[in-house]
Amino acid sequence: MSPSISLTLNGEARDIALDDPRVTLLDLLRERLALPGTKKGCDRGQCGACTVLVNGRRVNSCLTLALTLDGAEITTIEGLAADGTLHPVQEAFIENDAFQCGYCTPGQIMSAVGLIAEGRAGDDPERIREGMSGNICRCVAYHGITLAVQDATRSMTPLKKEDAA
Amino acid sequence: MKRFDFIQPATIEDALAAWEPGAVWLGGGTNIVDLMKTGAMQPDKVIDITRLPGLSEIETLPDGAIRIGSLVRNSDLADHPQIARHAPMVAEALLAGASGQLRNAATVGGNLMQRTRCAYFQDPTAACNRRAPGTGCDAAQAGDGMAILGWSEACIATNPSDFCVPLAALDAVVEVQGPEGAREIPVAAFHLLPGDTPDRETDLAPGELIIGVRLPAEATGFAANARYLKVRDRTSYAFAMTSAAAALRLEDGRIAEARLALGAVAAKPWRATEAEALLAGQAPDDALFDRAAEAALAGAAPSGGNAWKIDLARRTTARSLRMAAAGTPAEMPALPASPFGHSAEDHAHA
Ligand SMILES: Cc1cc2nc3c(=O)[nH]c(=O)nc-3n(C[C@H](O)[C@H](O)[C@H](O)COP(=O)(O)OP(=O)(O)OC[C@H]3O[C@@H](n4cnc5c(N)ncnc54)[C@H](O)[C@@H]3O)c2cc1C
Ligand code: SF4
Ligand code: FES
Ligand code: FES
Repeated sequence: MSPSISLTLNGEARDIALDDPRVTLLDLLRERLALPGTKKGCDRGQCGACTVLVNGRRVNSCLTLALTLDGAEITTIEGLAADGTLHPVQEAFIENDAFQCGYCTPGQIMSAVGLIAEGRAGDDPERIREGMSGNICRCVAYHGITLAVQDATRSMTPLKKEDAA
Repeated sequence: MKRFDFIQPATIEDALAAWEPGAVWLGGGTNIVDLMKTGAMQPDKVIDITRLPGLSEIETLPDGAIRIGSLVRNSDLADHPQIARHAPMVAEALLAGASGQLRNAATVGGNLMQRTRCAYFQDPTAACNRRAPGTGCDAAQAGDGMAILGWSEACIATNPSDFCVPLAALDAVVEVQGPEGAREIPVAAFHLLPGDTPDRETDLAPGELIIGVRLPAEATGFAANARYLKVRDRTSYAFAMTSAAAALRLEDGRIAEARLALGAVAAKPWRATEAEALLAGQAPDDALFDRAAEAALAGAAPSGGNAWKIDLARRTTARSLRMAAAGTPAEMPALPASPFGHSAEDHAHA
């Protein structure tokens, strides 16, 4: 009997049989579950294109063995606009022209969602750039990405008013 | 990647019993999965320890020491209020390492045990005494050099961990459990210099498991003047070229006690005890810090064309001491451990 894992994948309960312990979460998504939105850039933790949320935290799916994830809740780019309405981060990326070729974009967006949930950067551009440094963009859309994360942060978290006073 | 057996034990006892030659522990996987892909590591059995109970806590012990479970994720440790209060340079070093995604996965135990980033070590077709004893050292052949302290003819690699540098400076202790029982290893003695046996990387015996890391209570005495400084090719998401953790306990305007460790210069985090002795009892000033940095690098030698690194390490060390003297910033800098941006030191000089 091959081992199996149970996941909640983009809100849906899934039982997945795995005949090979070497399968990473990235390859599971792309090659076995027909979810190619998560991208493979380096496959070594060096680019961030494969970023997904595991139990609400952003991680590199290329370095995560699928078998370790029994019981986990996974969100990929395909699951972000669950009810057909774009997520505020997706809206903000479009609004701010935060991509060119788009290859890094799913990873950038998932990373931004994770960063905003961490509450680490607020809307400080320097902290956003630092917090997003795990996502490389070969097209150098960094300026738009920073603006998009700033916008999305503001629309998702009401800012403290005393800062303006 | 070579095929392996995968198991996920539910207790520490089961995990220790499952270990056998050819088996490895799996923490966050951010280092070992990468090395299994390149073929540098080819385990027969992968023991996932992330479900083990009781290893994910951060607690303050009755004597004031802080005990950190080996499965605590790097990001959770960096964000923990006790760490910010008692050992801010540990948080700064963690946040200067890797990326937000990697820190969410990386564990305390895995960070301590991460392997060198030497490119020849990662490539199983290269000659490497550390990975395959007796095959030679392609890095030495290439001639660029890596370590500047404590290297040998057999291996010139450096330890890449940022986290371990302040741990060594603060006299942290690694708690270990193995088939023979429990024991403790000071962080400063945990990683081994290469000598003739670079394949022996740490004092951990086969089958032993890191359970936690303990920061002694006296670490708190340095919290007001403690900084980690890291120089790298780019400001973030890059390993250190040189780094330094500097901490001062000031009393009446003098340095009562100093702690200093250097990163990325040797196969272990390099505690600079001679420099610490030179600093003790003195009034802090730039000339003193320059002399301390000089002392810290007194034994340095290039391991190839990297004499530049001795200079860089010296300056990194002196600057980290100046930053520590200027005071730990109230808030984590936007660019942790960076020589750029608005550091407390910049404000002090403004
Ligand atoms: C692109 C990239 C950039 C990075 N940049 C930095 C950086 O700038 N600074 C930095 O410090 N690090 C950096 N890292 C390294 C990162 O910090 C390590 O990969 C991570 O800390 C390893 O932790 P892990 O839990 O994922 O370990 P794993 O990959 O799970 O394991 C690593 C090793 O530790 C052993 N191990 C794990 N847990 C235990 C235990 N409890 N007891 C005994 N042995 C154990 C494993 O068997 C394995 O040999 C980077 C990594 C990547 C991929
Ligand atoms: S420096 Fe050390 S790790 Fe690198 S190739 Fe030589 S022996 Fe291997
Ligand atoms: S594909 Fe995972 S980090 Fe590049
Ligand atoms: S948009 Fe092309 S890589 Fe980022």
